[in-house]
Amino acid sequence: MSNMELNKHVLQITAEDRALIKFVEQGLPIVSRPYAEIAKQLNTTEQDVIARMQQLIDKGAIKRYGVVVRHKELGYTANGMVVWNVPDERVEELGICIGKYDCVTLSYRRPRRLPEWPYNLFTMVHGSSREEVEHKVAEITQNCFLQDIDHTILFSTRRFKQRGASYAAHTAKETVKPQVKKPATRLHLVKK
Amino acid sequence: MANSINDYSPLEQHLLNDFQRDLTLSTTPFADMAKQLNVSEQEVLQAIQSLQQRGVISRVGPVFRPNRIGVSTLAAMAIPQDKLECVARIISAFPEVNHNYEREHEYNLWFVVTASSEEHLDIVLYEIEQHAEFPLMSLPMLDDYFIDLGFQLKEAN
Repeated sequence: MSNMELNKHVLQITAEDRALIKFVEQGLPIVSRPYAEIAKQLNTTEQDVIARMQQLIDKGAIKRYGVVVRHKELGYTANGMVVWNVPDERVEELGICIGKYDCVTLSYRRPRRLPEWPYNLFTMVHGSSREEVEHKVAEITQNCFLQDIDHTILFSTRRFKQRGASYAAHTAKETVKPQVKKPATRLHLVKK
Repeated sequence: MANSINDYSPLEQHLLNDFQRDLTLSTTPFADMAKQLNVSEQEVLQAIQSLQQRGVISRVGPVFRPNRIGVSTLAAMAIPQDKLECVARIISAFPEVNHNYEREHEYNLWFVVTASSEEHLDIVLYEIEQHAEFPLMSLPMLDDYFIDLGFQLKEAN
């Protein structure tokens, strides 16, 4: 099974869109006419940039469009990645239940890596202190009926890097295509 | 670094709270915000620049949906404490890496790797392992159960 199976939802992105993404993923220029500014850099028109941004939104490439805050600077100093070992048939139900809480910002199913990594549901819980995060996790455990589900909280102690994803980074490298073997730890999984 | 929502002016609080999604695709998005808040465009631009300089806002723009325009994975490594900072620095230097955190666990270094294609991602993961000299556990997202409405500051309003 190839990793490509994981990516059946990946959109076909043109080279022009890729160039646009490279600009906007770093954020809009904070000027009166940001799209005109981007258009200048890309040698196109303001209307073309706006139309292609609209297409990316319509195609579901963009999850959210607006002000991206860094939660830590806003007083949410504690964040715990809470990982749960959920029976496969209940992941979706519990992932949705946990994801509904205000203090939760992510709820993903990921593969287990047995024996060293049994957890398959990843949620991010934020609070103003470690105790608050623990309290919220206890509340979620109760309300979503997770008492019998093994979980652990991985608190972050240091942030080495936080910024938006760079999908356009180093695209030139792809044309080189060096012969490499895949990392041994990378398993191949099927999307449900 | 501010610790309370009260450290922000009312305009800043609104900018932080009210515009995390559905930014208008008009030619003048910041003037649109200004109009909604009854202030001048110049005030909005200055406030956003200031929040950005203080590191409160990382940017104004799109958050791309995982695995739609590219591929990504969550990677974890177990690094001895005395080597952690050095390895973290090596990993953060990759442009494909973001959200690189130390976490309290045997797997103590967690970061996201994104790339424009599966092939590119495999190459980067391989290169990270080579440079870091530690094995990498890759945990790609299989399903997303969270509807992103932004990150709301309840104390405001």
